Amino acid sequence: MVSALADAPVAPSPERRDLHDTPTVGDRVFRTVVTGAAWSVLVVLGLIGTFLSLQAWPALHDAGRHFFTVFEWDPDGTGRFGIAAVLAGTVTIALLALVLALPVSLGTALFINEYAPKRLYGALTMLIDLLAAIPSLIFGMWGLTYLQPHLEGTSRWLSDHVGFVPIFSTNRPVFGSSMFVCGLVVALMIVPIITSVTREVLSQAPRATCEAALALGGSRWGMIRRVLLPYGRSGIVGASMLGLGRALGETIAIALILSFNYRITAHVLEPGGGSIAGLIANSFPEAGDAGRHALVAAGLALFVLTLAVNTVARIVVRRSAPSRQVVL
Amino acid sequence: MDLPVTLDHGDLVDPPDAAPVVPTLEARRVGAWFGDHQILEDIDLAMAPNTVTAIIGPSGCGKSTFLRVLNRMHELVPGASLAGEVLLDGTDVYGRGIRPSSTRLHIGMVFQKPNPFPTMSIRENVLSGLKLAGIRRPDHDGLVEQCLTRAGLWNEVKDRLGRPGGALSGGQQQRLCIARSLAVEPRVLLMDEPCSALDPSSTRRIEETIRELGTEVTIVIVTHNMHQAARISDVTAFFLGDQDRPGTIVECGPTTELFSTPNDPRTEDYIQGRFG
Repeated sequence: MVSALADAPVAPSPERRDLHDTPTVGDRVFRTVVTGAAWSVLVVLGLIGTFLSLQAWPALHDAGRHFFTVFEWDPDGTGRFGIAAVLAGTVTIALLALVLALPVSLGTALFINEYAPKRLYGALTMLIDLLAAIPSLIFGMWGLTYLQPHLEGTSRWLSDHVGFVPIFSTNRPVFGSSMFVCGLVVALMIVPIITSVTREVLSQAPRATCEAALALGGSRWGMIRRVLLPYGRSGIVGASMLGLGRALGETIAIALILSFNYRITAHVLEPGGGSIAGLIANSFPEAGDAGRHALVAAGLALFVLTLAVNTVARIVVRRSAPSRQVVL
Repeated sequence: MDLPVTLDHGDLVDPPDAAPVVPTLEARRVGAWFGDHQILEDIDLAMAPNTVTAIIGPSGCGKSTFLRVLNRMHELVPGASLAGEVLLDGTDVYGRGIRPSSTRLHIGMVFQKPNPFPTMSIRENVLSGLKLAGIRRPDHDGLVEQCLTRAGLWNEVKDRLGRPGGALSGGQQQRLCIARSLAVEPRVLLMDEPCSALDPSSTRRIEETIRELGTEVTIVIVTHNMHQAARISDVTAFFLGDQDRPGTIVECGPTTELFSTPNDPRTEDYIQGRFG
């Protein structure tokens, strides 16, 4: 049988063919338009990066590595400037905001998904999105004129009673215009994004899995802790980093509230601190030539930092298995 | 479909009507609604200790809803309501002060689609019920082995207990879910078409498991497969109902009798495959 097959004249197997489509003119035009639109996003990003790099170059060249170590900002006068203090301030405020925002966001997302009655579900989801749409200037004005005076008591209490924790200790009993107030206002601003991404990720958890946990005799809290949160963990981490990215770049609220100085301090309740975005907003109008290059250099540092944080955040969110379908 | 009336019960216990027994689980005049839509009406069904009760009936007759009423999963659906009572060892599980979670601890459930916890290993899946309910127990290793053995999965997974439960085949996942339910030592195990998503050989494996467990646990199984009902159950209840009429029990009795000499012509029509 085998030999018979081998002896038989075998027709050569047909060659592979190219599969091609002949699109209509309309198809081709449409394809070109949407491709162009998609590329333009990348082009804009590239142009911003190029502009920042070119404009920052003179300043970076002058300052060299001092750019990251100097605690002053006087490019037009003494010529000494560095982002050490403002970079530290930016990170401090952003982390403070994240620490304050994360529990609120997680709680809100869990309430909406797991506990809210049907009527509240839609309303709350919409309100969270509305909150995200409020301009940061409004948050800043509200923080400055309303929240800050009302926070004085809280700050004093924290300083008096938990002052043994280094970040809550103060050298003098003056509160306000502090990184703490900024952190709180920025926290309010990033709660919506963290809540909405977290809610989306957690809602992807299959109902069957959650029901299995309840059917095993688990309480709702047990189900959330043992099944839901482990399921959404990487999505929640990603959501937090998206919030962190936003917090790092926040400008106007901080420029309004914070009284700037150029020291690195852990005393977040005291007036004073720094932030790259706030520094640029405050100093750009009066800056001379050297000052502008220096500020653009600071902007470049912020650009790279937020880009990095956001990229990592998106990779983390996408990697989180349950939420592959979540579109950010 | 022709149903061959060759009922192979093997070494199962005698049908429960041989001697009067106190039922482990009993539904009394149960009705169920989603909003204004009534799904079940006036269901009476008693499940004797250590028997397998099969619930058969056409799609949409309320079989699954009935199962979910028994362990209080029904109330998880918004708008769900209920009439009548469900007695577990004589106590109404819907009684005042009785937590749904403690009812579900005693009345376990295996779902239509296998649903092991994807973030947990095989071992963690088996122990998940203890963690969820906050039960402390010594000798986790022994418990894991015992439950997986009873579910007929031990030999296949004993060398990879740390691997994720989701990596198993569908049939193995379903047996893992059975093992998971057994770990909290339920009085009753509810199974909602546990084989409908599985291939024939996995189905046979699970049926063997059910027959073995049937002597230790009270099992209620919903199935679309009448051969399956005939093969594995001691008692069969035939439900009928549709979009317009709430589901009721047409006939209920020892499986051998129900399949060989049904009293109601509708039962006969259904098991002969004339509708449903």
